[in-house]
Amino acid sequence: MLKFLISRLLQSVPVILIVVTATFFLVRAAPGGPFDEEKAVLPEVRKALEAQYKLDLPLHEQYFAYLGDLFQGDLGPSFKYPGRSVNEILASGLPITAELGFYALLIALVIGGTAGVFAALKPNTKQDYIPMTLAMVGICMPSFLLGPLLVLVFGIYLELLPIAGWGMLPGDKILPSVTLGSAYAAYVARLSRAGMLEVLSQDYIRTARAKGLPEWQVVVRHALRGGIIPVVAFLGPAFAGLLAGSFVVETIFQIPGLGRFYVQAAFNRDYTMILGTTVFLSTLIVFFNLLSDVAAAWLNPRLRAQFQGGK
Amino acid sequence: MKHTYRKCTHLLAGVSALIVVSLVGCGVGESNVVIGNREGILHLGNASEPTGLDPHVVTTTDASRILGALFEGLVTRNPWTLEPEPGVAERWEISTDGLIYTFHINPKAVWSNGEPITASDYVWTWKRALHPKTGNRNAYLLYVIDNAEAFATGAIDDFGEVGVKALEEAILQVTLRGPTPHFLVQLMHHSSYALHPETILKHGEMTDRFTQWTRPENFVGNGPFILEEWAMNRYIKVGKSPTYWDRDKVSLNGVVFYPIEDDNIEERMFRVDQLHRTFTLPLDKIPAYSTMPDTPFRTAPYLGSYFYVVNNLRAPTDDVRVRKALALAVDREKIARTIMYDSVIPAYGVVPPFIPHYTPPAPFAFNPERARELLAEAGYPDGEGWPGLEITYNTSEAHRKIAIAIQQMWKKNLGVEITLANQEWKVYVETVNQKDYQVARMGWIGDVYPSSFLELFLTDGGNNDSGYSDPRFDDLLISKGGQSVTREERYRYMQQAEALLMDAMPIIPIYSYTTRLLQHPSVEGMPLNVTQSINLKYAELVPGRTLPDSIR
Repeated sequence: MLKFLISRLLQSVPVILIVVTATFFLVRAAPGGPFDEEKAVLPEVRKALEAQYKLDLPLHEQYFAYLGDLFQGDLGPSFKYPGRSVNEILASGLPITAELGFYALLIALVIGGTAGVFAALKPNTKQDYIPMTLAMVGICMPSFLLGPLLVLVFGIYLELLPIAGWGMLPGDKILPSVTLGSAYAAYVARLSRAGMLEVLSQDYIRTARAKGLPEWQVVVRHALRGGIIPVVAFLGPAFAGLLAGSFVVETIFQIPGLGRFYVQAAFNRDYTMILGTTVFLSTLIVFFNLLSDVAAAWLNPRLRAQFQGGK
Repeated sequence: MKHTYRKCTHLLAGVSALIVVSLVGCGVGESNVVIGNREGILHLGNASEPTGLDPHVVTTTDASRILGALFEGLVTRNPWTLEPEPGVAERWEISTDGLIYTFHINPKAVWSNGEPITASDYVWTWKRALHPKTGNRNAYLLYVIDNAEAFATGAIDDFGEVGVKALEEAILQVTLRGPTPHFLVQLMHHSSYALHPETILKHGEMTDRFTQWTRPENFVGNGPFILEEWAMNRYIKVGKSPTYWDRDKVSLNGVVFYPIEDDNIEERMFRVDQLHRTFTLPLDKIPAYSTMPDTPFRTAPYLGSYFYVVNNLRAPTDDVRVRKALALAVDREKIARTIMYDSVIPAYGVVPPFIPHYTPPAPFAFNPERARELLAEAGYPDGEGWPGLEITYNTSEAHRKIAIAIQQMWKKNLGVEITLANQEWKVYVETVNQKDYQVARMGWIGDVYPSSFLELFLTDGGNNDSGYSDPRFDDLLISKGGQSVTREERYRYMQQAEALLMDAMPIIPIYSYTTRLLQHPSVEGMPLNVTQSINLKYAELVPGRTLPDSIR
């Protein structure tokens, strides 16, 4: 197991290095720079700005200087927000995006998991069709449609919930979490249904039933463990995806998370910010993929045996 | 076995409880507007997160508003008349040739840490503003001061040669390079506010952009409000200053600025009483709001011009007859009515027609027949032999609609083929700055004097993207207009210059901007004006007034 972990960790180093290099040169290749605005910048001002950000150095020197800072954990100053470092901006946005992603994932698991398991228990009946149809709608409905719809109904017509902000008004975390979670709930429902269906037709389930166990024990203790493996495999990338992809929900609900910074950085040509967020998020994705592989291995006795055999 | 199951259900119950508790909190309370009206806190929609709060770093209107609360210039703008009022300077004298301004600093004017504001604070701050290492994009606004440009470009090193002197502790003398009747207007801009030198030096070098002096715990200003909280991408909160000299006139106890980039979200927040006033209003909401009884919708002209800049150096638009034909073949009334919901003012010149005391030259009219004649004279009768023309615009729904409308009008009225090119903002900016375009959409925001628009067309001007160049125009603007001491004489030259300009038609005017926003009925003292400026010193909240029911 340890060997597996170490080899996977070592593999991720070149992956991240490639991401850094590709991003660094791609953003420089994009037309327009961080200081270009509709009002022209006087040449003397542009020179001063470029000197302050070391943009007057040759490109390869900038690249190695950046790598050097990166290894020390310094992502540099933001172009768009002078006076704030990229580290500081990431540190302020990450907890918020992570909290949002966490709630969304919980909602996805509780609602999606329950719906999926119930659907699998009576396949091809109403108990299956209704939640699965809803799940299909959930997958198809983009958050930029669902978000404003929820806002209109719960915020404006019923006046039940605040429609924007994060931790500023009581209850303002509900709508964004539900909006972000619903699409994932739909995926979880379909995955858990498929996983459960496969497991429920296995011999050991028949054995459990033959022993006279109550149905809920068969489902929860015996079937669920195998049935949720596809969901677990999905969780790692899903959480990383939630962190990187919460931009739409963060915009709709005025949430000061990472997603907004990430997308705005690209529009602003905020070189250090684009690099910083990309490096940070790709590291997270690598890490969560690793985590879900480990979890899947732990849940699956056959894989577990393989690791023990290879020791 | 049972034990595990119980653990499972406990976990499930725990998780659900956690979700419910953390999400619901303690139920929905009172709205921002209700609490704000009771406590004297104004909640303002404010476009986007300011790039900073250092007056020598920021350039945008939204940041300028916050700075206007935290600082006060030598003079301030009266929001109703737009005329300068005493700010840090209690009075000032202008020499008869219009070159020397002497400001007497109000002895009661102090920094938020209680120290008095001195004339040497201004000398130090303007040195920072102009210093070649600072990288201040607004430095050019101070170039009207004698030798300021030479210092900013590094031609001279000694700031003592620049026309800013502290004659006494409380007397500041400014010498200009030419008579500039709008100098006082420029002093209202955030780039000329004084900064507290010791505070900046405590957190870095004079010219450092990356310092922490603008953080709430370090900030020292001199305005009617002080910086209390800065939660990035959430809000900036300012509170009434206990040291501001004119604090008895300040009615509000605080202001919260919210960076809201999406105007649809801002409108929704206004509807549920989370904001007292929005920054703008989505175009497609105008019809609904303008017919609402007791509507919170407010609109007023704004000193900005929307136009198509034409490349004067490339065929076919290097021919003035082609440019005029294109300009005459655009039905501006129709664009304003059908695309912009009558929220803009059709424009027939460069300078918006509502600068006080300035009369623009006689406008031309929509005239497709004359346009066809001009095009035929230029060698393209009914569009024959037309080499094609491309309109470049940056990504935006309104820009796209206008471009399509104009494409159709030119095709219908002139018989010419037009292609459209949509570009992402930064790409578009580069394309236009490098003059690598044929026709491009442009917006320009000026101030309450016509040269703030006309300067765009000076030969070799940094913002002259059209390539227009006429020594007579330069002469009218710089030598004749620039040397006139009185406003009347100066504006007469400006009018001649604009007439000359419109005869060459280096751009195609389309419309003049307006401000459009939603304002809660409890807000007073924040009139809409042509500069879109707010003087929060005068803002008031009257509790007890509510939005009309039809808004929900």
